[in-house]
Amino acid sequence: GEKEYDLLVVGGGSGGLACAKEAAQFGRKVAVLDYVEPSPQGTKWGLGGTCVNVGCIPKKLMHQAALLGSALKDAQHYGWNIAQPVHHTWSLMAQAVQNYVKSLNWGHRVQLQDKKVKYFNMKGSFSDPHTIRGLTKAGKETIVTAENIVIATGGRPKYPTHIAGALEYGITSDDLFWLKKSPGKTSLEYYPFILYLYEIIVYISLTEASPDVSLECAGFLTGIGLDTTVMMRSIPLRGFDQQMASLVTEYMESYGTKFLKRCFPTKVEKLESNRLQVTWKNTDLGTEETDSFDTVMWAVGRAPDTETLNLETVGVKTNSETGKIIVDASEATSVPHIYAIGDITEGRPELTPTAIAAGKLLAQRLFGQSSELMDYDNVPTTVFTPLEYGCVGLSEEMAVRCYGSDNIEVYHAYYKPLEFTVAERDATQCYMKVVCLREREQRILGLHFIGPNAGEVIQGFALGIKCGATYHQLMKTVGIHPTCAEEITKLHITKRSGLDATVTGC
Amino acid sequence: QEAAKYEKKVMVLDFVTPTPLGNSWGLGGTCVNVGCIPKKLMHQAALLGQALEDSRKFGWQFTEEVKHNWKTMTESVQNYIGSLNWGYRVALREKKVTYENAYGEFVGPHTVKATNRRGVEKLYTAERFLIATGERPRYLGIPGDKEYCISSDDLFSLPYCPGKTLVVGASYVALECAGFLAGLGLDVTVMVRSILLRGFDQDIANKIGKYMEDHGINFIREFVPIKVEQIEEGAPGRLKVTAKSTKGNQIIEGEYNTVLLAIGRDSCTRKIGLDKVGVQINEKTGKIPVNDEEQTNVPYIYAVGDILQDKLELTPVAIQAGRLLVQRLYAGATSKCDYVNVPTTVFTPLEYGACGYSEETAVEKFGEENIEVYHSHFWPLEWAVPSRDNNKCYAKIICHIQDNERVIGFHVLGPNAGEVTQGFAAAIKCGMTKEQLDSTIGIHPVCAEV
Repeated sequence: GEKEYDLLVVGGGSGGLACAKEAAQFGRKVAVLDYVEPSPQGTKWGLGGTCVNVGCIPKKLMHQAALLGSALKDAQHYGWNIAQPVHHTWSLMAQAVQNYVKSLNWGHRVQLQDKKVKYFNMKGSFSDPHTIRGLTKAGKETIVTAENIVIATGGRPKYPTHIAGALEYGITSDDLFWLKKSPGKTSLEYYPFILYLYEIIVYISLTEASPDVSLECAGFLTGIGLDTTVMMRSIPLRGFDQQMASLVTEYMESYGTKFLKRCFPTKVEKLESNRLQVTWKNTDLGTEETDSFDTVMWAVGRAPDTETLNLETVGVKTNSETGKIIVDASEATSVPHIYAIGDITEGRPELTPTAIAAGKLLAQRLFGQSSELMDYDNVPTTVFTPLEYGCVGLSEEMAVRCYGSDNIEVYHAYYKPLEFTVAERDATQCYMKVVCLREREQRILGLHFIGPNAGEVIQGFALGIKCGATYHQLMKTVGIHPTCAEEITKLHITKRSGLDATVTGC
Repeated sequence: QEAAKYEKKVMVLDFVTPTPLGNSWGLGGTCVNVGCIPKKLMHQAALLGQALEDSRKFGWQFTEEVKHNWKTMTESVQNYIGSLNWGYRVALREKKVTYENAYGEFVGPHTVKATNRRGVEKLYTAERFLIATGERPRYLGIPGDKEYCISSDDLFSLPYCPGKTLVVGASYVALECAGFLAGLGLDVTVMVRSILLRGFDQDIANKIGKYMEDHGINFIREFVPIKVEQIEEGAPGRLKVTAKSTKGNQIIEGEYNTVLLAIGRDSCTRKIGLDKVGVQINEKTGKIPVNDEEQTNVPYIYAVGDILQDKLELTPVAIQAGRLLVQRLYAGATSKCDYVNVPTTVFTPLEYGACGYSEETAVEKFGEENIEVYHSHFWPLEWAVPSRDNNKCYAKIICHIQDNERVIGFHVLGPNAGEVTQGFAAAIKCGMTKEQLDSTIGIHPVCAEV
């Protein structure tokens, strides 16, 4: 029969909104359902999804607040006289960030209106392949039918529910950015997956991984002056180039973040003072330890938000381990006319720009006579830790695995950003490397950069890699002086040579 | 340094003729001593001033009044430069390059006379010569210019705060200096004869000018100084500047503590005996024409850097040209320096990075119908919270429609423009097209993703 809408998008985040708005451009009848289930601590937010409300945006702003703290220290070396003491007030920052996020929520609603996309603030679930049942907070029900349905409900942070007190007393990134009061002396719990045998298998099949929220949060919390500890069971930044990952954490250690490595928590209890006592096992020493904190934040991974969608009713297949929706190269699920994009899809990077691009291309294929598929190769990312890490392409490990260490060449360099000199900052971990094929033109397989403004540095090179850039082309590119990025065009010491890779002088 | 790798006997003569005010410096040339390096560090000092203000909006609390101390900054900068001078001397020694702090000039075929600070002369012969003497700031040629005005040669080591400053000129040197001086809290005026940033994309040049004006820098347009007089001696003193309109007879006067001249640079080629060996120079500009292998009209004499005719005055270009030249001479290489699509960045308060054609030159070369310009204003996320400068940042790419919409010009106006532009320059070298640009995923949230 005649469906109400040409396209119904369930989930108003980066992917969902991009898809909906693009479809509306083709003059289609489009609707978006968005609903935020409050976190266990009761936090909720408006339209826009994870990125806008509890992800990239508030994260980068708080990272900026921390960077500005460093800038204040640097400034004194550059002649600025700032009377001590300087301190940071959480509530001022949080309010500014939250106000900005709310303006984005508003902006999204206005955009949907402008583009004549119908917006329902309702929780959706499938009744049949073309019908969604929407439920408001008050329990009011609305039935919506559509020719095509796109699932873009994203994910939510996981809780380690097997740890006593985890759910009652801990928070996640969902809550951190909306705290009205300072988290105080925060302890950040972090460990990648519960079944670590599986970790290794899952790691091989993933070529990309999403940026690591936990280290980023620990980084900015330290930067604004909070006593922060990161506890981790095994390795940080799983899925990323491990050499780069250890440089990142090394920097954080010298920056002041405490690390409890190879430890895992066993319980969280509330003390009379209202502080939290955490008990953990140190696997290296075989001992049990405790300490008290103001806040415990879990960053143990994200789970796809599929539970209440009723996917089984319509037969949309999900991955049995991860719970994510299985899609093909055109973002189609196992059910015709039902698609999925963004964090909820299996095997895709958990990144806003890929969700947006996939959403737009999907709309163009459905309604705009396009046949262009999303290219998930060579997606650049940046981890916004105190010393930022940007990368595009393969990690060194992955390149070795795919091509063999004899067939790849790695050029690398330790460098010092000019701005660090006068500021007397430690540049020990400022490092870059380019991983290339060894033969002939030396095509670039991966580029890795640790340093200030890593995102800005990597973006243009990602473009070059998309054009098939080779090491030789890189060398022929003249550097812009003085920047950090120019050092990439000057990389010439190979790892193979064993020579000192420290950049000297102009 | 490159030549020494090939076990050649190499000598470097470096000498700095003091400025009219008596300033001099060590080994390393313009970039290290009175160019890129101190410029970027002082630009950074100014940016940090802005960061201080932003930080209050991000929750940082400290006293309302924050003042800048010029001497603290200059001392730190000069110390760093000193370490670079030292580093170069050590590097030359390690690579067994003979270094003499002496003024070199040709006296006959294959022969150079070197005169040191004390006037002692020595003669040296060599199989080949490389001229890389660079340039020095030009003076106006008006009464009082050499006695009372300073140039970029003096600014970065000025032992006192310049105070209320008049910057004469509209070059990137003028605008960068005006920019950071204002950022440090000084009262700055820029006197411009005609247009800003001649040779750069004018659409962007005007945006830069407007941004600077909005941030408190005064511009006096279409005037040139005709006289500089001293009202009061001091460090700094007080100067009176008289200027005449370029469009009529109007005369204006102004009082400043410092007058900084940034009207251009002249090649150091007129007093090095080039006539004695027959090296041709452009009589008008003083620049040396070379072929595409950096060779002058005299086969055994080469030239690189700022003194070359029709080539870019940039450190990385000079370095690249020098290295490749030596590799061709001594290592049998054939690669020539690629002067096309060289990226640059102007470190004005709102930074500008560019690679390839400006909009004007693209239209001129290919015709308006054959180019497409894609553009966008953007607002860096980090500026949203302190709520400043909405929609001032800007990016545009110029594509050649017939050539697969190949990107032939890239322009970005915004923070960290240099870091942003570098990667795009590499991509342009790979012949990137608009389609490839569109299909590349952005990193979020950064400015470069726009």
